[in-house]
Amino acid sequence: MKEEIFASGRHIPHIDPYLNIWHWPIALYLFLGGLAAGILFFAGYFVVKGKEKEMPATVKWAPIIAPIALVIGLLALFYDLHHKLYFWQLYTTIRFTSPMSWGAWTLMAITPLSFVWVASYMKEMFPGWDWKLKILDRFEAWVIENRVPFAWIMMVLSIILGVYTGILLSAFNARPLWNTSILGPLFLTSGLSTGLAAILWISKNEHERKTISRIDLVLILVELFFIVHLFMGFLAGTAVKNEAAALFLGGEFTVTFWVFVVILGLVFPATLEAMELRGFHVPAWLPPLLILFGGLVFRFVMVDAGQITRFLY
Amino acid sequence: MAIDTKKCVGCSDCVVACQTENNVPHGYCRDWIVENVSGTYPVVEMEFRSERCNHCDNAPCVRCCPTGASHIAEGGIVLVTHDECIGCGACIESCPYDARYPHPDGYVDKCTFCIHRVEKGQNPACVDVCPTHCLHFGDLEDPNSDVSLAMKDRKWRVLAPEAGTKPQLYFLM
Repeated sequence: MKEEIFASGRHIPHIDPYLNIWHWPIALYLFLGGLAAGILFFAGYFVVKGKEKEMPATVKWAPIIAPIALVIGLLALFYDLHHKLYFWQLYTTIRFTSPMSWGAWTLMAITPLSFVWVASYMKEMFPGWDWKLKILDRFEAWVIENRVPFAWIMMVLSIILGVYTGILLSAFNARPLWNTSILGPLFLTSGLSTGLAAILWISKNEHERKTISRIDLVLILVELFFIVHLFMGFLAGTAVKNEAAALFLGGEFTVTFWVFVVILGLVFPATLEAMELRGFHVPAWLPPLLILFGGLVFRFVMVDAGQITRFLY
Repeated sequence: MAIDTKKCVGCSDCVVACQTENNVPHGYCRDWIVENVSGTYPVVEMEFRSERCNHCDNAPCVRCCPTGASHIAEGGIVLVTHDECIGCGACIESCPYDARYPHPDGYVDKCTFCIHRVEKGQNPACVDVCPTHCLHFGDLEDPNSDVSLAMKDRKWRVLAPEAGTKPQLYFLM
């Protein structure tokens, strides 16, 4: 036999018996951050490509979600801090070794940018919109004039944001489930895919829907490939990595992950999207809803399961 | 710090001394005793380990801290500046030894090797209180320090070296 116990007793809140320091706000934020990154990336992308007119939902309407998602995400992050009144300390320094530090700065840049982006389309979306102040009119004119450079900056920042939602977790070598370099690309892909799902939900334009569906199909396939890759890495890894994989291969997260994330959140909506592209009638809200739900569950599963995996005891 | 697992009897005096010395809130602890039993009767082995923050040389908590609150003080002790800590929990996630916890006041707390005592030339409270003298503290670069002398002729190991943190708690076997 081999047994290890805390002889002095130890039951520290949030630490024992399993680490549980990050709760739903972190998972929710990772989802909303990825969603906003996806929406803003494609809004920027189609402006850079000069397809603004063909993709109205992508460029104008869906981005309304981004600032809302980012603000809710930021509030969730703030809510999760234990020493809330000191949050401003984040913005007194940049620490390049800490993903949370440059993530906080990225958010500081992309959140106002998402507001500016939406504001610059207000007059097009709501005819008769009046900014009331001259200076705002002038600012709007300046943004509209420089829309392409803005789109480029937004694309770069949204990629950083999307990757950051994964790297935030993968930087912790103490949590074997998170500590894999595939997590950054995986979270980015998932974020882009949930962004496309939101666009697809909003779009009424046949051509736009088809374009978005096609990109989404590719992203879902890439995501599935990354997931396979993730588990291949775990199973070929050290004991702690094997244990991390075991949580999903027979362990307590098996059903949640494979049924809700992989099948209902990726495979099934991808099949529906493919059928729609072939001319079958599919309820327009169903694939996006499934993808968004799968993406949300994925973040919750990763945040919860990662904290269970460890080196000792 | 070196911990002589052959001498430790698991009395938990170090835990209580720490809680008293550092006003550790009720229900929390900065150090703890692990009892490891292995083998099959009649060949059974038991090991006690007094564990705490490993004050790692390559401290992941310091690397992950977004504000610089977690830092390595002169001499190698890993500390948290309370006024700079936002309580985000990144350092807690990053610690393979689960040595940190969120203090009820919000900031993240952990073993400080009783730096307030060390600065005065004293030992950490846990070291001084240990009835079997199984804890040895000091400067590893000084060959005549208590810890260097304790480790000189002994076999030792560290916990989870595969985590790559270069831990500075040495368990004498």
